[in-house]
Amino acid sequence: MKVLGLHLGLLALLAVLGMILPAYHQGNLSRIMVLATYAVGYNVMFGYTGLLSLGHAMFFGAGMYGLGLAMQHGGVGAVPAFGIGLVSAAVLSAVVAVLALRTIGVAFMIVTLMFSQAAFLSALYFGEWTRGDEGFVLAQQIRRVGEVDLSNPVTRYYAALLLFSVALLLTMRMTQVRFGHVLVAVRENEERTRMLGYSVWSHKFWAVVISGTISGAAGAAYALLFGYVGASFVSVPYSIFPLLWVLLGGAGTTIGPFVGTLFMFYLIDYLSGLTTAYMLVVGIVLVLLTLFARAGLMGEIRKRWVPWLP
Amino acid sequence: MAAVTILETKGLHREFGGLTAVDRVDFTMTQGEVHALIGPNGAGKSTFVGMVSGRIWASGGRVIFDGQDITARPAHARIRMGMAYTFQITAIYARLSLFENIALALGERSRPRVQEALDHVGLTERMDEIAGDLSYGHQRLLEIAMGVAQAPRLLILDEPTQGLAESEIEGFNALIRRLAGETSILLIEHNMNVVMALADRITVLDTGRILATGAPDEIHADPHVQEAYLGTG
Ligand SMILES: Nc1ncnc2c1ncn2[C@@H]1O[C@H](COP(=O)(O)OP(=O)(O)O)[C@@H](O)[C@H]1O
Ligand SMILES: [Mg+2]
Repeated sequence: MKVLGLHLGLLALLAVLGMILPAYHQGNLSRIMVLATYAVGYNVMFGYTGLLSLGHAMFFGAGMYGLGLAMQHGGVGAVPAFGIGLVSAAVLSAVVAVLALRTIGVAFMIVTLMFSQAAFLSALYFGEWTRGDEGFVLAQQIRRVGEVDLSNPVTRYYAALLLFSVALLLTMRMTQVRFGHVLVAVRENEERTRMLGYSVWSHKFWAVVISGTISGAAGAAYALLFGYVGASFVSVPYSIFPLLWVLLGGAGTTIGPFVGTLFMFYLIDYLSGLTTAYMLVVGIVLVLLTLFARAGLMGEIRKRWVPWLP
Repeated sequence: MAAVTILETKGLHREFGGLTAVDRVDFTMTQGEVHALIGPNGAGKSTFVGMVSGRIWASGGRVIFDGQDITARPAHARIRMGMAYTFQITAIYARLSLFENIALALGERSRPRVQEALDHVGLTERMDEIAGDLSYGHQRLLEIAMGVAQAPRLLILDEPTQGLAESEIEGFNALIRRLAGETSILLIEHNMNVVMALADRITVLDTGRILATGAPDEIHADPHVQEAYLGTG
């Protein structure tokens, strides 16, 4: 009950902030909620299942290009295009799961990285459609659902909130059902879990598919709400970002991905106004984090004060 | 005893590189018995039970559990058919609570049922502690409780009393006696006092082969066994 209350409380707070924040921060928070959804997806695999992927940008990209190409070249409406984005990400993650789950540990990281690089190069290769690095803009008049204009800052904010709410409540629910408990068991001791009668492979498979699909939903929403599709979103940095956000906010906590994304976004926003070497400061923050708060912000809060935090 | 066979292996075999760890073993276990598997270190005991549970693939031979050939089934499917397995090297969820450990074994998050399982090994009071904070002996007891919680038809225990104090061994013996008759127990054990106290039958394994199988007094009297394993007897 208090778990549900906490999550609904956070969402209610975000809903209220949408009405009172100045335009600049409202825009930021829209972006943060979409990127936090990406981090929520990443967390399902990394935080809960213990699978470290270095290639999640391919899932984000699958959603983004699935939606973007369908709208731009197929003339598909926003809602079915979003569905195409989701399906693209789900199919890609199922394929990657089947192939990459043959490996573990460092090999798994490298295989996911390689797949993601292949996705990145494909985005460049099919430049005729994707316009490669330069990308393409989704015109304002097609970014709408019925009468609702998704490029409007206010509707965009609430669309982002809707997306984030679904992802957050989904992972909250996951931590309460057997499937989620078994994912944690796989993370903690794979061999023991197998020898308790759980299929480790199928739990990992579904973790990758859920993780990849949520990440793809974030990618599709990003394209739809901010109107831009480009290969940079499939590049290596975009695979590393969700890892950093989740580490910062707390891997294996439901709210951690949001907290990490929020914190990092504003840290970079603030620092880049002060110095061009802002990534250096970000690096220092991460080093401090691994030294003094290994479980991330929400993870430390759980350890010290709030043990019931999911 | 109505001799219903719960477990049978036929020509079960495993090689590691050139080394034959288990050498075409034919083995039978009767429903409800406590069957001790003994033998010197490196005899192939862990490899043998690993192949029974599916944790280790067999190089050859067959495993028949409850009348079904399970040789091709993966470990988790065998466990779901009613086996439970405790590791020689303790395998618990060290960063989770005792409650979580048992709940995962039960497949159910019921506090009364978790409590009942922990009662078997006297760890009820510590249900909400982190498993990794327990002493080594208590961690072993927790793993045994996880095996028991699964309510298996065949419980495989690989050197369960290693690292237990005398008093804890007493408790363990009492637990196995309570389970015996209903649960079939395949017990790898080095402590001969425990073996003699619990086993209905004993199989002696040496360099991957069965040296002898029989009732405890027969094994004790067997000259081959005395030579190979029990010393002067
Ligand atoms: N994974 C493995 N790789 C190579 N050799 C192994 C492996 N596991 C066991 N062995 C070898 O197989 C033999 C039997 O080992 P094991 O079944 O652990 O014996 P026991 O449990 O009776 O002490 C030993 O010689 C051991 O070194
Ligand atoms: Mg052994």
